[in-house]
Amino acid sequence: MTVPFHVLPADGAASATRLDSLALCLLLLTGAVALGVLVMMIVFCVRYRARSKADRSHVPSRDLPVEIAWTAIPMLLFLGLYAWGAIDYAALYRPDPAATPVFVVAKQWMWKAEHRNGRREVGQLHLPLGRPVRLVLTSQDVIHSFFVPAFRIKQDAVPGRYTSIGFTPSKAGEYELFCAEYCGTEHAMMTGRIVVLPPAEYGRWLAEGPRQPGMAARGFALFRQYGCSGCHAAGSSVHAPDLTNLLGRRVHLQDGREITADEAYVRDSIYLPRKDVVAGYEPIMPSFAGQIGEEDLLAIIEYIRESGHDPSTERP
Amino acid sequence: MTRPQSDLSLIEEGDTRPGRSYLSEGWTLGSWLGTRDHKRIALLYAASITLFFFLGGIAAALIRIELATPQGDLVSADTYNKLFTAHGVIMVWLFLIPSIPSVLGNFLMPMMIGARDLAFPRLNLASWYLYMLGGAIVLWALLAGGVDTGWTFYTPFSTMFSNSHVVLALVGVLVVGFSSILTGLNFIVTVHTMRAPGMGWFRLPLFVWANYATSLILVLATPVLAMTLVLVAVERLFQVGIFDPALGGDPLLFQHLFWFYSHPAVYIMVLPAMGVASEIIPCFARRPVFGYRFMAYAILAIGVIGFLVWGHHMFVSGQSVYAGMVFSLLSFMVAVPSAIKVFNWTATLYKGRISFSAPMLYALGFVGLFTIGGLTGLFLAALALDVHLSDTYFVVAHFHYIMVGGSVMAYLGGIHFWWPKITGRMYSEAWGRLAAVVIFAGFNLTFFPQYLLGYAGMPRRYHSYPEEFQLLHVLSSAGAVTLAIGYLMPLGYLAWSLRYGRPAPPNPWQATGLEWQAASPPPVHNFAQLPVVARGPYAYHTD
Repeated sequence: MTVPFHVLPADGAASATRLDSLALCLLLLTGAVALGVLVMMIVFCVRYRARSKADRSHVPSRDLPVEIAWTAIPMLLFLGLYAWGAIDYAALYRPDPAATPVFVVAKQWMWKAEHRNGRREVGQLHLPLGRPVRLVLTSQDVIHSFFVPAFRIKQDAVPGRYTSIGFTPSKAGEYELFCAEYCGTEHAMMTGRIVVLPPAEYGRWLAEGPRQPGMAARGFALFRQYGCSGCHAAGSSVHAPDLTNLLGRRVHLQDGREITADEAYVRDSIYLPRKDVVAGYEPIMPSFAGQIGEEDLLAIIEYIRESGHDPSTERP
Repeated sequence: MTRPQSDLSLIEEGDTRPGRSYLSEGWTLGSWLGTRDHKRIALLYAASITLFFFLGGIAAALIRIELATPQGDLVSADTYNKLFTAHGVIMVWLFLIPSIPSVLGNFLMPMMIGARDLAFPRLNLASWYLYMLGGAIVLWALLAGGVDTGWTFYTPFSTMFSNSHVVLALVGVLVVGFSSILTGLNFIVTVHTMRAPGMGWFRLPLFVWANYATSLILVLATPVLAMTLVLVAVERLFQVGIFDPALGGDPLLFQHLFWFYSHPAVYIMVLPAMGVASEIIPCFARRPVFGYRFMAYAILAIGVIGFLVWGHHMFVSGQSVYAGMVFSLLSFMVAVPSAIKVFNWTATLYKGRISFSAPMLYALGFVGLFTIGGLTGLFLAALALDVHLSDTYFVVAHFHYIMVGGSVMAYLGGIHFWWPKITGRMYSEAWGRLAAVVIFAGFNLTFFPQYLLGYAGMPRRYHSYPEEFQLLHVLSSAGAVTLAIGYLMPLGYLAWSLRYGRPAPPNPWQATGLEWQAASPPPVHNFAQLPVVARGPYAYHTD
């Protein structure tokens, strides 16, 4: 669809409406201030132009109560706006625990996505309508940024780490995906299509396509291929941490810190095993940096996640 | 206009006799390239930054022509990327940062505090040579094939992926940075040690306060930029892992270091502009500036808080949510002193006797555009909203309102205001006013549509774009043509005035600053006998 222009992009997520309200509120407030300043300037410029005979007695050169008032009032208004922005921002990063994770790997100049059942896509992303989604993003080369104006969300995909953001698509349809962080020659071509489908259709879409094992199953194969199971399996003679139910669990570290194990923690433990050593264990694990690619790593993490939830998953 | 305030003449009888003007000291190349006179060095800067302004402007013009159509049809994607990089690097480091401090500040600071020169005249000249050297290296990098990283040099793109002349450009910016540091140092020492008798801190014109605060930022922040650029070069040349995760580095570390300099750099650009407006508005309103002390404290507050908001460039970068919250709060707080300044400028007009000469039109334009730029900054400071607006044209519009609508408008206002003092000639008032109006209109037509583009979701640094954005882009490009005409006008009529302009009296605007006590153009050593200051600045009376 081609329209000459629009100011409000289509809203395709629950958070978009709320965000537009914040923008509208800011627009009214700042518009009132800008208009107030403009009107006062014009009134003064006309009334006190050099040739006018307006009364100019009792010229104030300072007025402490006025100064304090126009310092304090904006400050209080700003604090209110700040809080609104901060609360909605925090919500993007504290997604629903039941949110469906979708894994996005960016590279110059394309978006690759993988769903948990192993369905992969490039340059487009299918999402279920009305279900909370949590994107887990990373990049294979430089920094990119996943930007869907219709959802009012944007999250940088940073090489060397996982970032994530949560939202709930609220309207079926197709939306534009842009790369918002300058990433080289074809930055402007690094676009894609977000397709939001009703849940039943989404389920059908997930099931079709080339058959391949789900991410966790592929992860399990990789888990064995890279020898992880040699130490981390229950029956292993090597003293290595148990990975069952690891994601979301509180982990005590050797240096006294306590952290919640998330994807980034598992990733660091595989690539930089000496960074966060679990209390009570020797730092004997070798690094797999440069050996396991980003997409395989995500599959291994999915396997570790699944291995806690589903007893039927084949365990070493 | 009121009659000249003879009681304000702070210089003893006989000392206002025009001595030999600094311009009549000779027109040989050596008399300019070897000068230690702050006024001549200011003119050296003026000529060089004007050159760079038009070079950066040519890049901007090509960008706007390319964006008139959705397809990338005028230049290739690589060329486009090099154009916006050249535009940013030139405009930020070779024009905006030196603009008001190095031209107007250099010329006026010693005169405003009643001194004969800056504290270190040779260092001042050395700063200009460093600036020219850095500028030449940047130009070399651009002519050798250009740089495609954007002026922000984000890693790991700039260190490991870009195939352009990154290191050469970094070296150029690094050298220009040292020029900034030395100028800042010179200004700080000058304000501390060379104020005329009776010139207490709260008798300083706000222009001096603004340049003093700017100098503190230059001295404290620029070294961080220098270190960061060196680290980028080291990683790029020797594959030492600093910012690239493939080598064990952290790309966000670069952003923290870069914005630790580059956010305060925004205040380097806009504080001196505020100083210019604070001189022009009281003069043409014939009123003391309203709330002088609040204005001075606001300048310092902006300088200090400005150091603590850099993380608002990184709300979607993956930095911690809590860091985002702290940076957002501080960003709202830095808007408070800016708001105070806008309110005080407006209040200065109250019960004034206002005349609308060209400098005043620029200054009023500055206040209006800075207000819009500042208020739209609140949209970007609001965390959830920045998630949508970050890296879109909304950001482009916002910072152009501050840097072009704000700083360039004020720079031009200052050039017009002090032109009679600097050159000893009056320019054509009608042309001056016309150019101010054309620039104001062209600016708004160029950049206001970009706010709408940004909210609609148009990402920045795009060589081609979806068709639905075309109408707004065409408006913006049409505005750019108007703006270009507006910027060429002063070049014409100001140059004309150099030869044909009416000779300027010492104080054509009946302004109160000490610089107006000297002849136009000022004698070599500004004051035959140093003035003794007995009152604060802005002793204007409406009656």
